Amino acid sequence: MDKSMLKQKKVITANDAANGPFSVKLRYFWRLCCRDRQLILMVIIPVVWYIIFCYGPMYGIQIAFKNFRPARGIAGSDWVGFKHFIRFFESKYCWRVIRNTLVINIYQLVFGFPLPIIFAIMLNEVRSARLKKFVQSVTYFPHFISTVIVVSMLVQMFAADTGILNFTHLIYGSNIAVTNDPRYFRLLYVGSGIWQNFGFGSVLYVAAISGIDTEMYEAASIDGASRWKCIWHITLPSILPTIMIQLLLRLGSMFSQGSEKILLMYSPSTYEVADVISTYVYREGLVGAEYSYGAAVGLFNTVVNFIMLFTFNQIARKAGETSLW
Amino acid sequence: MAKRMSIGDRVFEVIVTAIVLFLGFVCLYPLIYVFSCSISNPTAFMQGKVKLFPVGFSFESYMMVLRAQAIWTYYYNTVWYTVVGTICNILATILLAYPLSKRYFVLRGPITVLIIITMFFGGGLIPTFIMINNLGLYGSRWVMVLLGLVSTYNTIIARTFFMSLPEELFESARIEGASEFKVLWKIVAPLSKPILAVLTLYYGVGHWNTYLSALIYLPSSDLHPIQVLLRRVVLQNSRDILESADIDPDAQIASNQVKYAAIFFTMVPIMCLYPFLQKYFVKGVMIGALKG
Repeated sequence: MDKSMLKQKKVITANDAANGPFSVKLRYFWRLCCRDRQLILMVIIPVVWYIIFCYGPMYGIQIAFKNFRPARGIAGSDWVGFKHFIRFFESKYCWRVIRNTLVINIYQLVFGFPLPIIFAIMLNEVRSARLKKFVQSVTYFPHFISTVIVVSMLVQMFAADTGILNFTHLIYGSNIAVTNDPRYFRLLYVGSGIWQNFGFGSVLYVAAISGIDTEMYEAASIDGASRWKCIWHITLPSILPTIMIQLLLRLGSMFSQGSEKILLMYSPSTYEVADVISTYVYREGLVGAEYSYGAAVGLFNTVVNFIMLFTFNQIARKAGETSLW
Repeated sequence: MAKRMSIGDRVFEVIVTAIVLFLGFVCLYPLIYVFSCSISNPTAFMQGKVKLFPVGFSFESYMMVLRAQAIWTYYYNTVWYTVVGTICNILATILLAYPLSKRYFVLRGPITVLIIITMFFGGGLIPTFIMINNLGLYGSRWVMVLLGLVSTYNTIIARTFFMSLPEELFESARIEGASEFKVLWKIVAPLSKPILAVLTLYYGVGHWNTYLSALIYLPSSDLHPIQVLLRRVVLQNSRDILESADIDPDAQIASNQVKYAAIFFTMVPIMCLYPFLQKYFVKGVMIGALKG
């Protein structure tokens, strides 16, 4: 049947392509490309952008295994194998940056993850719709403020001399420079992050709660359940799938910590607790112009991240219907 | 819900309302405080009398900020990056998302894989830096537009939105022989106001708030955005900028008030736009959370 259709130069159908040899598949594919030529024309610019700006740097990853000299280019530099990786793993900074990355992420998980959930549940218990809306508007707003502004406010309001929020006189008798103190870096970094994002982080849970059938609450209250019991036995179980998936996705990114905010907040006096992998790559690789070394440390981070992200995303996919894509 | 409330429930409601109000206050307090400090009477500010609301009134700190010549260059740059950048972002995102929303599109599978890989894996800082250099974009304004031209996450949001449009809309247009471009422009675009608002918000706020890529890729401060200026004034105590505004950098307290004014001044545009865009971003999160 396939052959007769080919001879007659008839239109090849999907069925033919699926059963036919490679050449038929190719011709079928070509026919579809001709049909969708306008759509292909649309995606050309974005796809070329992806290839240059996302896959181009992936080609450049090879400098992690080379001794990159800008004058000789990526391809012309000599291969050195795992030299840069070994140097990183043997350096005293290796453990420091990995530890800080993990510790900050754990702080963010423990203190930052539950708050949006609790906040969303509490919002749901507020009777006045106007009050609810007002609080939502106010708490979502910090999410849209820039990192520079947040850190600027932090530094100003926690300044030792004029900072209104500097609390250290309660502990030490007089204010210390809390923003430069290694003991307080994580508190300020994670705390300001929670301040900025807990409201916006609750949007998803508010949506999940609004999807709960209100009849369940009515039935429960007729049976004499208190508000607290309703939360415990209706609200929480209903949004548990959303919570689980968010938790799995969050666990997948435990090894990544952006550099933007830390670069603004840290100083040599707080490197010991503040320096994470991404800031180390920035400082050593870019500012210090050790491109190959920086690329190697960055690649190590990317690979670990990828494994974590992929694993937890797969678990999330299996656990529920939501995933990253 | 039942109209009669037990005492326990009433106490519960009072506590919950109080906590929620408290959290709202916590979010609002730094913003009010910054504003109050910037606008208060300098003497009252110096004596530390400003706790929450302005004490007295003085516009002097803002006059100082506005007098600094440099600030207008920075502001212009930020506006340029935000406007040009966001327009390019949205065009590119839609040109990618619309074809991907067509289930029959022949390249749908391969392109989806191509863009999703980048959510999990990337070149990293240093290889990107080298590539930008090789492209000759180092030091060019356009690096700020091109660097994050398309976000995969936003593309998926837009694609999901386009997929929710009823297929009948396109059928008649196709029968009449309208080109895909025409369909996109005449039929899809007018229906896409919510998604355009979401994209504008996400991309626009992103551009407005950028500072690090400017520091990395733009060596000349003539091209720097306002966030970089704020960083230099507040976080690095840059003398030249304070002096160019006739502020003695050693006069700690006076320069402190100017810093508050600079912080607020940088925040104002986002504050002004926020109420208009607010209703859309919740929608954006919702669409984004759905399975594609």
